Amino acid sequence: MELLFFYLVALVAVLSGFLVITCKSPINSAISLVMTFFCLAIFYVMLHAPFMAAIQIMVYAGAIIVLIIFVIMLLNLGTAEKARTTHSLAWGSVVGALMMLLAMTFIKGGDTTSVQGEITNEMVAQVGHTELIGQAMFTNFLLPFEIASILLLVAIVGAVVLTKREV
Amino acid sequence: MFTVTVHHYLVVSAILFSLGTIGVLTRRNAIVIFMCVELMLNGVNLSFIALSHFLGNMDGQIFVFFVMTVAAAEAAVGLALMIAFFRNKESIDVEDFNLLKW
Repeated sequence: MELLFFYLVALVAVLSGFLVITCKSPINSAISLVMTFFCLAIFYVMLHAPFMAAIQIMVYAGAIIVLIIFVIMLLNLGTAEKARTTHSLAWGSVVGALMMLLAMTFIKGGDTTSVQGEITNEMVAQVGHTELIGQAMFTNFLLPFEIASILLLVAIVGAVVLTKREV
Repeated sequence: MFTVTVHHYLVVSAILFSLGTIGVLTRRNAIVIFMCVELMLNGVNLSFIALSHFLGNMDGQIFVFFVMTVAAAEAAVGLALMIAFFRNKESIDVEDFNLLKW
């Protein structure tokens, strides 16, 4: 049953991912991308990571996609782009297919059964997923967390400076 | 036999990443290329969280948190760049991005 549900969600995710790269209009691509993000959020719930699912929806579907759609509408990009030559299309697909083949080879040869950390499903249910993330983030990953806040500050300032009419 | 293993998730994430790669290489609209980069980042996020769950380790999910932070910063700066470029060239076709071409 769970496997069936997984295949359903995976099918929707891959199909909407395919639509992202094939749709002529950027708005349709953006909507398909939202669909992919929702499918990934479902995967995160299936993987007992509800906090990640929540911020997937809030940050990606809620903030980034809204920003992208906002920019698409601001720039008024209704006209279809000129298609690339079939030559470059074929090469791009070949490179992508090769990359997928390589990844599949690694996945097939990989083994994850021997290593096991201390976090179990019962522990996530008992302590809470958000608490576990918070514990890890504010102890072992405190320095990266602070660096991320500086990165966000720099991004804010950079976005404001870049969009000023005259610098 | 009929349970979802880590390989299922890794295969989906590999497919999403490859789709993003094909999109980056074949599309010409800069915003669509940007969305394909987001697709690739999400493919990586999925494999991080799947491995984190199946290995019983929280570090992968913290990594996903930082990937999302960087993606948000990238969205802000990237879209600002596109607006600035569109203001100059009236286009966001990557074929017109040749100001720094040697």
